[in-house]
Amino acid sequence: MRRCQKIDFEAFADMQPSLSPAQTSPRANLAGWLYVSPLVLVLVPFFVAPILVVLAASFFATDGFGGLTPGFTLASYVEVLHSALTLKLYLATIKFTVLTWIFTLIIGFFVAYFLVFHVRNQLLAIGLFLLCTVPFWTSNIIRMISWIPLLGKEGLINQVLLGLGVIRQPLEVLLFSDLAVVIAYVHQLTIFMIVPIFNSMARIDKKLIEAAIDAGASRFDIMRLIVVPMSKSGIALGTIFVVSIVMGDFFVVKVMSGGGSASVVSAFYEDVGVLQYPTAAASAVLLTLVLVAIVSLILRTVDIRQEITR
Amino acid sequence: MSAVLADMPKTDMSKMVAPATTKAIAPSKGGRPWTFYLLATLFGFYVIALYGPMFCIYVLSFQDIRGGLVFPMKGQSLHWFVDLFTQVRTGDVKGSFDRSIKLAVIVTVITVVVSFLAGLGFRKRFRGDTVVFYMMIGSLVAPGLVLGLGTGLLFQALGLNASWYTSALGAQLSWTLPFGVLVMFAVMSRFNHVWEEAAYDLGASRWQSIRLVMIPVLAPGLVAVALFGFTLSYDEFARSLQTAGSLNTLPLEIWSMTLNVTSPSLYALGTVTTIVSFIVIGASLGSIVLIQKKRGSSTKG
Repeated sequence: MRRCQKIDFEAFADMQPSLSPAQTSPRANLAGWLYVSPLVLVLVPFFVAPILVVLAASFFATDGFGGLTPGFTLASYVEVLHSALTLKLYLATIKFTVLTWIFTLIIGFFVAYFLVFHVRNQLLAIGLFLLCTVPFWTSNIIRMISWIPLLGKEGLINQVLLGLGVIRQPLEVLLFSDLAVVIAYVHQLTIFMIVPIFNSMARIDKKLIEAAIDAGASRFDIMRLIVVPMSKSGIALGTIFVVSIVMGDFFVVKVMSGGGSASVVSAFYEDVGVLQYPTAAASAVLLTLVLVAIVSLILRTVDIRQEITR
Repeated sequence: MSAVLADMPKTDMSKMVAPATTKAIAPSKGGRPWTFYLLATLFGFYVIALYGPMFCIYVLSFQDIRGGLVFPMKGQSLHWFVDLFTQVRTGDVKGSFDRSIKLAVIVTVITVVVSFLAGLGFRKRFRGDTVVFYMMIGSLVAPGLVLGLGTGLLFQALGLNASWYTSALGAQLSWTLPFGVLVMFAVMSRFNHVWEEAAYDLGASRWQSIRLVMIPVLAPGLVAVALFGFTLSYDEFARSLQTAGSLNTLPLEIWSMTLNVTSPSLYALGTVTTIVSFIVIGASLGSIVLIQKKRGSSTKG
């Protein structure tokens, strides 16, 4: 069924004409800026300025007690880049990010697919969708610690496995391990995959799928040639959320690994704790650069603005 | 990302889930394909894994004084809830609870107003809109702890005291506003411009058309923005850590408890804060449904 591939799905996305900024009048520019000015007035002091402060601090010298001497030195960067620990931290962070991304993507994709294509009753689909989203509006920390009674050495899972005779001794790898970290991430972040993928899938015209079936496409063909390509923007958006949250996280790693593992940001947190601001700032700047690189790579595959404002 | 959330109970759901007529994907009658059962099982497991652990700590928080952190449950009592609000060693739960609610209310109000205005602004292209847009996305994906530290250092450099109602408020807004504006995008994309133009044709001023046409029509979406504003602020942790000053918000209190409290009072706190979240979620979703219902009956009658 190679024929299906010939349909240019991208053409559909570009059908809406949009005014290019160059064509706007000065009056429209002024009105636009007036409307977004409160937003800008918050983001400049609380997003742009803090980033610049961290950038500046990464070049400063320190007396080792939290005092900063304004100046320009690359000492902190040299220290961070020369440290063998840095590579280890990045590898650990990338490992957690990739594992979490794979699991959230698989679960999120199929949960969204189930809701959009398999639930016949619309109200039921909405209800089930809400059921998936409600925990998003509750505390992350509480949801994380709620795994303790399950995964612990004397936790429910070990008790059940011992009771069934599957294992002789309680499994210690369940809690305070890398496994627990990934479980907690997947538990918290799958929702960030479900919502955007659900949105893209819901916009797929069912007639397209009917046409594919009439043309003799198999279920696998429909998935490969229609559903996956047309959910691409949702997948990209979900990926941005999951990757940026995992890479910026420190408390899941700290609590769920029991101190056994560290990530880039948890090391940053330790540095801040001992008042090593320039080192912490330098590592934060590096992390931000890595994040920006990853996010812009993803943005090249999808026009996020077009996607969101549509 | 929240198009569906904001517009959930609207009647144009037919756009989202079209009447299914195909056999392979979602048959409207007759047998279901094997993939249905497979995916239904996966969905079931997902929901159990989503709620199961939370349910465990709610149950365990009702143990009596012998209670520990794991099953089996030892007795039943409200001991740990009382312990939570009376013991000094668990810190200032009551005060932080109070502060978190106040802060969340302030954040909610600002988030709704600012997101609504930004939503209006982004409807038309203007010079530099892309800069503002990506600034917002940047604020959303930036590591919270790093932003928090930057804000803390900034306040220090300016000689200002960090406190929950200044630096932490701003830090939380940098997190709630992008979500609010994204929800507004979704809400606005369903708004029919004809209504607004009709208001102008009838002689309405810009303010009148906003107040009498847009706000009532967009009310469900604004409630959704408020829901995001409140819950994201109430549970915000990473950005508040370096900016809250000397007095803790509730998530910071929970964080310090996870590091040194090993009694079910931690679970009791989890139960209490989740109840608050559920009340807010229920009230928001309930009022969205109510608005839609009212609208449905008034257009029919």
